[in-house]
Amino acid sequence: MGTFILRRLGQMLLTAICLTFIVFFMTNLLPNLEKLAKTQGNFRMSEEAVTSWLGDRGYLAPLPYKFGQWVGVVPGWVTEKIDDDGVTKVTGRCFLPNTHTQDRSRFCGVLQGHWGTSTVFKTNVDGLVAKRLAATGKLMGFVLLLMVPMALIVGVLAGMREGSKLDRTLSTFSIASTATPEYVSGVIFIALFASSKFGISPLLAEWGWIDTKTLLLGSAKQAVEDATFRNFFLPVLTISLYGMGYIARMTRASMAEVMTAQYVRTARLKGVSFRNVVMKHALRNALIAPFTVIMLQVPWLLNGVVIVETLFAYDGFGRLLVQAASNNDIELLMAVSVVSVIVVLVTQLISDVGYVFLNPRIRIS
Amino acid sequence: MTKPDYDGPILEIDNLSISFFTRLREIPAVMDFSVTVQPGEAVGLVGESGCGKSTVALGVMQDLGKNGRVVGGSIKFKGQDLGQMTMEELRNIRGSEIAMIYQEPMASLNPAMKIGKQLMEVPMIHQGMSSSEAFDRALQVVTDVKLPDPKRILNSFPHQLSGGQQQRIVIAMALMSEPSLLILDEPTTALDVTVEAAVVELVKDLGKKYGTSMLFISHNLGLVLETCDRICVMYSGEAVETGRIEDVFDKMQHPYTQALFRSIPLPGADKNSRPLVAIPGNFPLPHERPKGCNFGPRCDYFEEGRCNASKAIPMAHVEHGDRHESRCLRFAEIDWDALPVAAKKKEKGAIGEVVLKIDNLKKYYEVSANAIFGSGSSKVVKANETLSFEARESETLAIVGESGCGKSTFAKVLMGLETATEGQILLDNKPIQDIPIEDRDTKTIADVQMVFQNPFDTLNPSMTIGRQIIRALEIFKVGNNESERRTRMLELLDLVKLPREFADRMPRQLSGGQKQRVGIARAFAGDARIVVADEPVSALDVSVQAAVTDLLMDIQREHKTTLLFISHDLSIVRYLSDRVMVMYLGHVVELGTTDQVFAPPYHPYTEALLSAVPIADTSVIKKHIVLEGDIPSAMNPPPGCPFQTRCGWKSQVPGGLCDTEMPAVRQLADGHQVKCHLSDEKFAEMEPVIKIAAE
Repeated sequence: MGTFILRRLGQMLLTAICLTFIVFFMTNLLPNLEKLAKTQGNFRMSEEAVTSWLGDRGYLAPLPYKFGQWVGVVPGWVTEKIDDDGVTKVTGRCFLPNTHTQDRSRFCGVLQGHWGTSTVFKTNVDGLVAKRLAATGKLMGFVLLLMVPMALIVGVLAGMREGSKLDRTLSTFSIASTATPEYVSGVIFIALFASSKFGISPLLAEWGWIDTKTLLLGSAKQAVEDATFRNFFLPVLTISLYGMGYIARMTRASMAEVMTAQYVRTARLKGVSFRNVVMKHALRNALIAPFTVIMLQVPWLLNGVVIVETLFAYDGFGRLLVQAASNNDIELLMAVSVVSVIVVLVTQLISDVGYVFLNPRIRIS
Repeated sequence: MTKPDYDGPILEIDNLSISFFTRLREIPAVMDFSVTVQPGEAVGLVGESGCGKSTVALGVMQDLGKNGRVVGGSIKFKGQDLGQMTMEELRNIRGSEIAMIYQEPMASLNPAMKIGKQLMEVPMIHQGMSSSEAFDRALQVVTDVKLPDPKRILNSFPHQLSGGQQQRIVIAMALMSEPSLLILDEPTTALDVTVEAAVVELVKDLGKKYGTSMLFISHNLGLVLETCDRICVMYSGEAVETGRIEDVFDKMQHPYTQALFRSIPLPGADKNSRPLVAIPGNFPLPHERPKGCNFGPRCDYFEEGRCNASKAIPMAHVEHGDRHESRCLRFAEIDWDALPVAAKKKEKGAIGEVVLKIDNLKKYYEVSANAIFGSGSSKVVKANETLSFEARESETLAIVGESGCGKSTFAKVLMGLETATEGQILLDNKPIQDIPIEDRDTKTIADVQMVFQNPFDTLNPSMTIGRQIIRALEIFKVGNNESERRTRMLELLDLVKLPREFADRMPRQLSGGQKQRVGIARAFAGDARIVVADEPVSALDVSVQAAVTDLLMDIQREHKTTLLFISHDLSIVRYLSDRVMVMYLGHVVELGTTDQVFAPPYHPYTEALLSAVPIADTSVIKKHIVLEGDIPSAMNPPPGCPFQTRCGWKSQVPGGLCDTEMPAVRQLADGHQVKCHLSDEKFAEMEPVIKIAAE
């Protein structure tokens, strides 16, 4: 088991290096750098001005050298420049301007714990990513809490009697929920629950059941700091419904298959009641396949929340990703990709280890 | 729950009819079926696949699924009609009064639940036992089914046990609350012969010990003879003959029963002088049953206008015998003692030159001990150890052994799917052991071909039969153009006695026996000189087996093919092979002509194998040898002689040689070799396993 996890960690590291290098390469293409220079400096900069702006900031060094700086195995760039007043100004990657020579550190990369500075937000990348990741993590946590039990219950209920009325009803429901994109269901929910003109809120307000104008809030802006049912339920519900259908379908298929297995017949002919056939004999075997799917949903959630975060104005990881990408914010994008790789591989690791625990055939052989 | 006392028949099935309903039509699976099981009696239900015997079992359990329904008659258990019971009442009976043992033990046990829990569940539901009482009971029953180390077994998962052990657990589960009726649905089909013999013995003993009545479903007549008191032969949804074992086996009164017995290789049969008589035609599909007698179209005694009159044929009492009945209109007129119209005696092909020579062949596999978490240590599986033998032109060499003995590995090495670790395979004095199949020339590939065990999986389901044979011809570079190949393909269909129209059919339109014929045609497409037949008939029904074996023999005579016949079925091996090679854990333990191998002196393993094979002949007396335990794993073979862990003769060898030393190959007679430490005197003392009682 130990070697297995170690091997997985090694694999994770290798994937992270490869992926970040690709992102680094793409973001460091010259047209992207020129765009960056123009947005950061001045839109009417001349060709020479762009080149010197980029050169001063170490952007024109060879790609492996720059990547090495980001990782922290190559000394950061240092530029000495004599300005119009004849004063020598020294700027560098690893120190603030006007730092004394002795205090300048040479290396500053990921290995040293420096994730760099975001060019859009003008702040440290690590703090920014951590804050946004925490916000999205909170959203994801609530989504999983709502989505997984709901999906499993729907799937098991539908699969235990294949072809019954209950099965057809629940299957229709789960297909419909997956087939409705988040921007459609989100808008519908806002109209239904969070509008003072439409839906049920005006009715409830009229009857005096709620003190506020609307039942729920259509904006989750405050939820980052202080999440309540009122401001947080709609985004959670929107994502959950969308993801639920898929897991429910998988669970149903798995459950239906298990219910036709011979050992379920054995249990039935042993005199076990239907309820216990489902709970004791079928359930655990039926959950093996959906477990992997649930774990695969986590990375999907991390990046798939973009629409919902935008719709409900929730400042999370998804919105950060969009802003970083549209502004070619190199170091922010790099950090975002590292986080994504880690999340994908960690969930895969959990899924493999969990699979082993659910399935005794793999555990002991 | 206490069980009410009841005397009278345990199970009475009366004119039962069961149908399955599909969207298109109603498919009758069982029609007008009656059987009675008295207390302590074992009734065998025999028939080919699709004859409805398992449906009867599920009908008794009232578990026919969504589509199945009882459409007529009644099933009474201890006088109560099972069809009238509520779900609640049925649940109380299932598992406690009627228990079932299934065909595939692995699939019948919950893979994610410990054995102990699965066993304890039964008395906890039915007798309301506490879990500690139930545990004690489980421990006792597991000891009863003779499993070693019961505590450890209760604490393991099903996949950690061998097939034989799993089946013992299924039996234990059925016996947990001492049921009055035990239904066994092909309980040993998935097991090896020696394991089968041990399981059958166990079931018989336990049946006596607990006084349980049994309904034993099987396609194997020999097995039914060994276990049951009465037998009921089924054909196409109907019982055709029922009676005491002795009556039905010796004084059969239905043409189907007779045909069935004539198509199985009994000890007296011989491929040249007394060939098997195959039942002509095919088993009718449930919705294509003929008018009148279902067996009519395949029956030798068929009478136009009488046997196919449209009214159903009732069961009729036979004069002699106890409750002996037959569903035949003409049984009183038929002379049952007449010998079968002697099928043409066939000339035995002369055995020619050596074509294949195997010299000290070894095949080892390396497996890592822990596949998922790869801890790095690896073990060597010795699948084949120093195989040496020769095969001659137009000779049938049978390779016999139980699963894991290395017979399939040898076939793979010969075919070139694997390369040998050491030693030589000489085909016409040309070494081929190191040439994988991709690098073999067309001639070699066409020369060495294979007929596979399962005809259902070996044909491409989306290509016509003709196309598949032509494809083989293309690969073997037979014929110069499409039309030549087509002609050759039609000739091949003639060769395997399939109508030429079959060229344009799809595999799904063919029955199992027909598919196997296509497989044979494909193997002979390039005029194969050596054909490896890996259990070619074991997936087929008894009545079809004879026809397919005969076909193989005919082709062999005509083409002077060398046939390597891999099988675990000793009856068929005895019937058709010239020489026999017995393998155990990768070693050839005995090799000789068929007569030498099937008569003493035997290798102790051959002796046990012979004793384990059920023979459907009441006049045969067998020496009773039951092997203890399972076949050791090839990954971890015992030291010394591979068979020493189960050998009954081990104590006869002085000095514990068996534990320490691998026996050398000994010549007992010309061409008869054995790997055993027993002394010549001991070998001389051996008695024949199978004796035919003087009548």
